[in-house]
Amino acid sequence: MFTYFLRRFLILCLTLLGITFVTFMLIKTLPGDPVQGLIGERAEQETVERIRKELGSDQPFVRQYRGYLKFIVTGDLGTSYYTNRKVVDDLKAKCLHTFELAFAAMLFASLSGILLGTLMAVTRGSILDRLGLLISAGGISLPVFWLGLTLMLIFAFLIPLLPPSGMGEGELIYLILPASTLGINSAAYIVRITRSSLLEVLSQPYITTARSKGLTKRKVVLKHALKNALLPIITLIGLDFGSYLNGSVLTETIFGWDGVGRYAVEGIMRRDYPVVMGTVLVGAAFFVFINFLVDLIYLYLDPRIRVRE
Amino acid sequence: MEWEKIINHLKKNPWVLTSLIIILILILVATFAPLLSPYDPLEINLDSLKFSPSLSHLFGTDSKGRDILSRVVFGARYSLFIGFAVTFTSLTIGIILGAFAGYLRGKVDTVITVVIDLMLAFPSLLLAIGISVTLPPGIFSVFLALTLVGWAPFARLIRGVVLSLRELQFVDAAKAIGCSPLRILFLHILPNCLPLTIVVASLKIGSFILSESALSFLGLGVQPPLPTWGSMVSLNRTYLLSCPWMIIFPGLAIMVTVLVFNIIGDSLRDYLDPHLKL
Repeated sequence: MFTYFLRRFLILCLTLLGITFVTFMLIKTLPGDPVQGLIGERAEQETVERIRKELGSDQPFVRQYRGYLKFIVTGDLGTSYYTNRKVVDDLKAKCLHTFELAFAAMLFASLSGILLGTLMAVTRGSILDRLGLLISAGGISLPVFWLGLTLMLIFAFLIPLLPPSGMGEGELIYLILPASTLGINSAAYIVRITRSSLLEVLSQPYITTARSKGLTKRKVVLKHALKNALLPIITLIGLDFGSYLNGSVLTETIFGWDGVGRYAVEGIMRRDYPVVMGTVLVGAAFFVFINFLVDLIYLYLDPRIRVRE
Repeated sequence: MEWEKIINHLKKNPWVLTSLIIILILILVATFAPLLSPYDPLEINLDSLKFSPSLSHLFGTDSKGRDILSRVVFGARYSLFIGFAVTFTSLTIGIILGAFAGYLRGKVDTVITVVIDLMLAFPSLLLAIGISVTLPPGIFSVFLALTLVGWAPFARLIRGVVLSLRELQFVDAAKAIGCSPLRILFLHILPNCLPLTIVVASLKIGSFILSESALSFLGLGVQPPLPTWGSMVSLNRTYLLSCPWMIIFPGLAIMVTVLVFNIIGDSLRDYLDPHLKL
């Protein structure tokens, strides 16, 4: 148990190191001066000199990378070309908004996905089942940005129920459209995995036993089957966190949500390299960290892993 | 016999047959775009600004008077090219690296696995964005970014399958009659990965097309005025309320294309191996 944790933690640290290596290579291939690509054009002269001493292309490669690491470890991700603010400060301010959105989307996706998937598995082969399969195939194939605009057109303009964009004063009503847009792809996957996982469990002998004991079908599905079918579903929900990070880039842009994704897009539009690279680095780091947490939760949920370890 | 089975399978699944026909039509449309599109997709026409869909402009026109149908038709070229080219290239890289890692084990395996894990540690679109900002925007940068991100899942999958296949008896038999390691790997082991490879490839085409449209939407893909589906949605966003057709049709084109590839992928999976879990 403890060695498992230790090993996972070691892998976590190595992966984080690897991520910085990849972003370092990306920054080095940026057009123009990599030092400016990292800290921004309007940085003070002495900072530029200091960074150049550590990272400049006249230094050997390993030395440059070490300089970059030192730069990151001190909590500095460079300065935006455009606003001249520190990228770290901007990211700190915006990541809470992104988490709020991602959490709402995850909640929406999990609830609707598990509900629909369960109904489909129970009524296998019915019209509802076929319709659900079609909807989930459509949900996987939808471009997020287009879905967002279409929902906005329908529910904010044609039937003015919801605010089209912005965050208001943090009222929940502003969350509905962006969260359902961001969650739809994930919901479609959850529907599928819930359906197949539940169908598999329902064919097990202990389900027949429970039924022959005289338990109602509802009770068997909810109490016996769903509980055992839940493990792959939870894994999927956790491991799908990357899709929320990917999707937030598009969703936040469309709905004017002041989070990390929109920040990155503004960086792309202005070719503001420190902003883009800072977001990629932090986004990947979060993703790795979440995967690490999912592994730990999995360890807690599935006693079989604990025994094997 | 095999053909009869396939035809039976198609008869039972009308969706699959429809999807196959749609893919065929899409490929024909993309190939013969100049012949099929009613107007020049790039021609700015001040006499036909923001026309709603009508008989002369089936999908309407955009804010510069360009015919949307013609632009959607030409946009199919970029989307399909990226879908097929990225799948083919990243699959080739993935098969070669995954096969060597799984078959040779040892140091080669360790190095390749570390690289794979590192690539998978990034959220895919975020990494593709990071790669494409370092390149001059255009179709090649989209291709390169998506390939660099896309090979890793293939490699991991193939590595896993090769790892389990190499322990089977037919490999021992091949070794016993003196086959070289390369011959065993490419002529005995890899052909057994073929069904799985076909399924995964067909499922991935759609997701690459989606990623291309996202990059185009963000302005990192093929540059305007050239028409891609993603950039059409992005550039016409300001007219969402007044001229929704400018956005609806390119978006529908993306969705239908991705959907038909996904349906084919799903049905191939069911047909080749119903127990396969992906």
